Amino acid sequence: MSAALAPAITPAPAAPTAPGLAARTVTLLVPAVAVIVLFMVVPMLIAAGYSFLTAGAYGGVRLPLTADAYVRFLFDRDLDDSLIFDTTYIGIFARSFVLAVLTTLFCVAIGLPLAWFIACRERRARDALLLAITIPFWTNLLVRTYCWVLILRDQGLLNGALQASGLTSAPITFLYSNEAILLGLVYSFLPFMVLPIYAVVEKIDPRLIEAGHDLYAGRLAVFRHIVWPLARPGIAAGTLLVFVPALGAFLAPDLLGGGKKLMIGSLIQLQFTSSRNWPFGAAAAMILMALVLVGLVVMARRRGAGAPR
Amino acid sequence: MSAARGFDWRRTPGLGTFTALVFVFVYAPLVVLVVYAFNASNLALVWGGFSVEWFAKALGNENLRRAATNSVIVAVVATVAATLLALPAALALERGRAFRGKAAAEGLVALPLVAPEIVTAIATLVFFSAIGLRLGLGNVALAHIVFCIPFAMLPMRARLREMSPDVENAARDLYADEWQVFRRVTLPLMAPGVVAGAMLAFIVSLDDFLITLMVADAGATTLPVYLYGMLRLGVTPEANAAATILLAVSVTVVVVATLVMRRGERAVAA
Repeated sequence: MSAALAPAITPAPAAPTAPGLAARTVTLLVPAVAVIVLFMVVPMLIAAGYSFLTAGAYGGVRLPLTADAYVRFLFDRDLDDSLIFDTTYIGIFARSFVLAVLTTLFCVAIGLPLAWFIACRERRARDALLLAITIPFWTNLLVRTYCWVLILRDQGLLNGALQASGLTSAPITFLYSNEAILLGLVYSFLPFMVLPIYAVVEKIDPRLIEAGHDLYAGRLAVFRHIVWPLARPGIAAGTLLVFVPALGAFLAPDLLGGGKKLMIGSLIQLQFTSSRNWPFGAAAAMILMALVLVGLVVMARRRGAGAPR
Repeated sequence: MSAARGFDWRRTPGLGTFTALVFVFVYAPLVVLVVYAFNASNLALVWGGFSVEWFAKALGNENLRRAATNSVIVAVVATVAATLLALPAALALERGRAFRGKAAAEGLVALPLVAPEIVTAIATLVFFSAIGLRLGLGNVALAHIVFCIPFAMLPMRARLREMSPDVENAARDLYADEWQVFRRVTLPLMAPGVVAGAMLAFIVSLDDFLITLMVADAGATTLPVYLYGMLRLGVTPEANAAATILLAVSVTVVVVATLVMRRGERAVAA
């Protein structure tokens, strides 16, 4: 599966067409597409509509139509109804963005060498290593994030070990920091980077590398001029798979950030629970979705322009 | 030639150590959890002996059992429905003709993969509230079916892409009708992909936390959502045991799904 899944994440080659199926192609697609349109696209449109309504007192929405939810991102309404520039929410978006970028960079820095190492192994070792990196990919995110709470909390493993070894006398607070969130995000999404990079570096023709070395290129030069350019489509696919969930992450900021260092995901979740401001939450979700769609379009354009096929 | 120089480009110095460290980083936290769950002492650095006490306590918790039952019901419903929806769509996308809007259809079925989970979660919540749908566990199952479809489809499409259409075309040449081709040739050949897809859908449904958290009513809590509630109250050995059970189920299903898919790959290669 791991080997079969990795290519499924990267761009698909053109499929052969069976003549007999041609007539029914659209019919076969209708059920799945209809379910996704009805239960995902329509809900998103309704959420977009909600973002222009007024918050109800106990959750939900009511009339009148207003763009207040979007105005709130930039301005705070003062007592006398004048608008004051407010950076609270911009700050949350900025923190999410910076953390998602850092998460992606760390994942590339770890994922590229790892994928290269796996691709250089024998077939059996490759399969085993791929399975080993895929298992956490499919295990519960809540459980995986919680493991870090066990390690990092004040009475946790790390503080226990530090104190037992006499390095520190009082617990160091590791949790509830941006660094803890970043660690949790990298841990959560690393496999999303390794698999697509592996899928492309595995296909690199060994003769290219040998030719490079025969022409007196060192390891660094071979990496810069052969491996890196050929790995880039995989890095691009992985970036999308890591950046998007990291940007909207809820569990890492909630469990490791203690709900104090908010990210977009936790901000949105709050609006639909304790804050009871559905329009504002819907507006935040729409802005997040818009950012993701812009990213997708940019990637599709670059892929279309730069792809060899 | 490279051997003569004693140089092997496949062996980058230090990379093996680096990889080993990454695997420690990936697995050590999971090991920590499991060790804690089996530790009779509930102190962080004291090994009080091997014990299944916390598991017994977790399994004795009626609410936790109900949440686990809910999880399994939702996962089974979502798996069956998502697999049945994904199978024809996978066939259409891999074997069907090109048509206007094919790229759009492909993008739509992949939407649950690219939309941030929190956006899907609140959109579904808003939708159910707007149409007044209150089916309890049914709401959760509906939400799960939607995001399971693309996951169920991934291995099916990968499998179809590996299979040469020649066999199917040979059956057509021998006057098999489209249904016979599917029933006798395509389906048996792509079976490992279908099984792996169903298992992925199952695991993705079982693991889902955020969408369920937003969509589920009080009575329709699943295991991850219940576990989250436990964690909010503090780190307890009982929560460690519950988390370990969830971990064990995921790992088992993933390993089995991978083995099924690999056996299929070998069969195709042979």
